Amino acid sequence: MSKLSRNSALEESPRFQEPASRRDFLGLAAIWSAVAAFGAALIGSLRLPMPSVFPESNSRVKIGHPERYPKGSVTHLPELRLWVFHDAKGLYSISSICTHLGCIAGRSADGIFRCPCHGSIFAPDGKVLQGPAPTPLHWIAMGLSPDGQLLVDTAINVPLGTRLPV
Amino acid sequence: MTTTPVEKSINGRQPPVEVSPALEERGGLPAFLANLKALPDTARDSVVRHGVPTSDRARSQTVFSNFFLHVMSVRVHLRSLKFSATMGLGIILLVLFGILTFTGILLMVYYKPAVDLAYDSMKDIIYVVPSGRFIRNIHRWAAHGMVLCVFLHMARVFYTAAYKKPREFNWVIGMALFVLTLGLSFTGYLLPWDQLAFWACTIGANIAQSPRELTDALGITASLDIGGMQKELLLGAHYVGQEALVRFYVLHVVVLPLVLTLFAAVHIWRIRKDGGLAKPAETVPPRPTGKDVEAPSMTAMTPKQGDPSTRTWGLMALMKGRTPAVGKELRNTIPAYPNALYAIAALAMLTTAVMLFLGYFFDAPLKELANPGIPENPAKAPWYFLGLQEMVSYSAFMGGVGIPAVVILGLALIPYLDREREIPGRWICGQEGIRVAWQTALFSFLFTVALLTFTVNFGWLRNWFLEIPQIIITFVNPGTVLVTAFIVWSLGIIGKTRSTRMSAIALFTCFIVAFVVLTYFATVHRGPNWDFYWWPSQWPTH
Ligand code: HEM
Ligand code: FES
Repeated sequence: MSKLSRNSALEESPRFQEPASRRDFLGLAAIWSAVAAFGAALIGSLRLPMPSVFPESNSRVKIGHPERYPKGSVTHLPELRLWVFHDAKGLYSISSICTHLGCIAGRSADGIFRCPCHGSIFAPDGKVLQGPAPTPLHWIAMGLSPDGQLLVDTAINVPLGTRLPV
Repeated sequence: MTTTPVEKSINGRQPPVEVSPALEERGGLPAFLANLKALPDTARDSVVRHGVPTSDRARSQTVFSNFFLHVMSVRVHLRSLKFSATMGLGIILLVLFGILTFTGILLMVYYKPAVDLAYDSMKDIIYVVPSGRFIRNIHRWAAHGMVLCVFLHMARVFYTAAYKKPREFNWVIGMALFVLTLGLSFTGYLLPWDQLAFWACTIGANIAQSPRELTDALGITASLDIGGMQKELLLGAHYVGQEALVRFYVLHVVVLPLVLTLFAAVHIWRIRKDGGLAKPAETVPPRPTGKDVEAPSMTAMTPKQGDPSTRTWGLMALMKGRTPAVGKELRNTIPAYPNALYAIAALAMLTTAVMLFLGYFFDAPLKELANPGIPENPAKAPWYFLGLQEMVSYSAFMGGVGIPAVVILGLALIPYLDREREIPGRWICGQEGIRVAWQTALFSFLFTVALLTFTVNFGWLRNWFLEIPQIIITFVNPGTVLVTAFIVWSLGIIGKTRSTRMSAIALFTCFIVAFVVLTYFATVHRGPNWDFYWWPSQWPTH
């Protein structure tokens, strides 16, 4: 406080010399409570466009019996933007949605994924080789449904290298 | 305000014959017929209140008493009407916004914001609706024109130092108008629901989500997912679909135009209150000098008893300064009516003519129907976002959020950080300014081109160190290097010239040059997979 009062610029300012009068105080209180009320109402109403239920269809999809994906096969499911692989250790699936800004990366014969939008390049296991993508392509959760079909959940990512043994 | 004698004198003719006699008397059939005969005159006089003004004073009254004209001051400075002072860009912007509103409402008659119908309704507008293609073309070219002019207008305001006190805040309002204009373009882009629309908006929405790049790196996405929230708010879903289309539609046709109208109104009003356009000091009414000139306020105008030198006059509240405006200031002014009106009308006609020409001869593109399975290759944003797209191809967060935020904030703060009093309304303030501008233009051109050349030939960090953490790339990429270099250069200019205005000129010039170079580069030299090509004709055909 003592430091402040030595500040000459402050001392000269009218605000410092005349503490708020009662009328000023009441006026300010009135204005600021109006501002606060409308502000709260505004923020409250902005809750509306923030969705709590999403329109997308169920992210869990049955993709057929495991026999559809024999050992060594590579299958493209374009609707799900998904590639399903079956190697020596089991089944796994990689999303082709680019982790940069959501374009669809194409997979060429050598297994490399290339994104057309800003040139991200991913290794066959989804790791970033080049370009702006911040993370590897997502590996998607897989499981078996009681009727014996394979199940994927495109909303759930699993760590790189997770496989479903069959 | 207007007293009867004044009104009489500006009429320049007798007021219409007073048909009905005194109040208590009634009029019969003859009075009715006479009223009927006088109807065109009485109706007209009830609307415009006076006849054709013949004296300067009457012209002033015309402006003063007309709702639409009174946004102008009664007299304008000769300089403000010169083309070289404004290039008419602000007015052109208003006219373009008017054209966009008009054609936009016409398009709304047929356009349907539903994913199954939007594309077909665009086809209808182009091929079936009478003059639909023409109106759509005009809407498209006017939108491009508005973005172009908003850049040019900002540059003219900057280089003529018209953002200086007391116009600082109007510059900030201008920045809001700049952002709103870009927002309108972006939201309009999705509506045709073609391939370009779909993928540009997918990318845009994911840019809104890109703060995740940062929160992921810090490991706090689970608790604080700003990026995810922004995307959900924008799309109402996690992908571009029906919800997103409706949201973009609402923003494009209601929210943003309304907000832009509001801001434009304040913008224009403030120009008027700031004493018209900025003009060189010799022609500005003398101001009280001294360090802390208090902002003029209504209370400052309260007449002080007894001291004639500080006596003030009611009407002078519109002006700044304490002496009645006589002599000097009026010398270089002319009545706004009709001179400014003619200038505005000429600009409006010119702008409209150009739009009609473009709309008639050049068709706005429409790609094939949106296909969420296959992106366009290359998927290019409209030209004014291509510089950003180039930045985004280094880092989504920095290019799409970080750098734009820094640039907009930096531009908005210019009037507060450069408070030097210098001749406003003069281009680049003379010899020194021109030299700084040229040197900076050369520097930023060479630096940007060199950086792009380097990046194209040698790649960036990830090409050399495959396992490098993303957070390093987020903060060290060609985009941030560019911004840092520009800031360092501008600080250097402060040191060398000891002038904040010179430094501001340097910074702004860097921004403009980099914008132009990046836009050109991404337009011409980026092809499929965002690879470098010398020319679009070399793109591989698939
Ligand atoms: C929708 C966009 C805009 C519209 C419709 C608009 C309209 C106008 C008009 C009609 C004028 C009168 C002078 C002239 O024609 O140049 C003006 C002046 C001005 N504008 Fe804008 N403007 C827009 C955007 C901007 C932007 C982006 C900035 C800067 C960031 C800006 C800053 C200013 C300033 C400071 C003035 C006063 C200039 C002076 O006193 O010489 N405006 N604007
Ligand atoms: S979206 Fe794939 S690189 Fe940008």
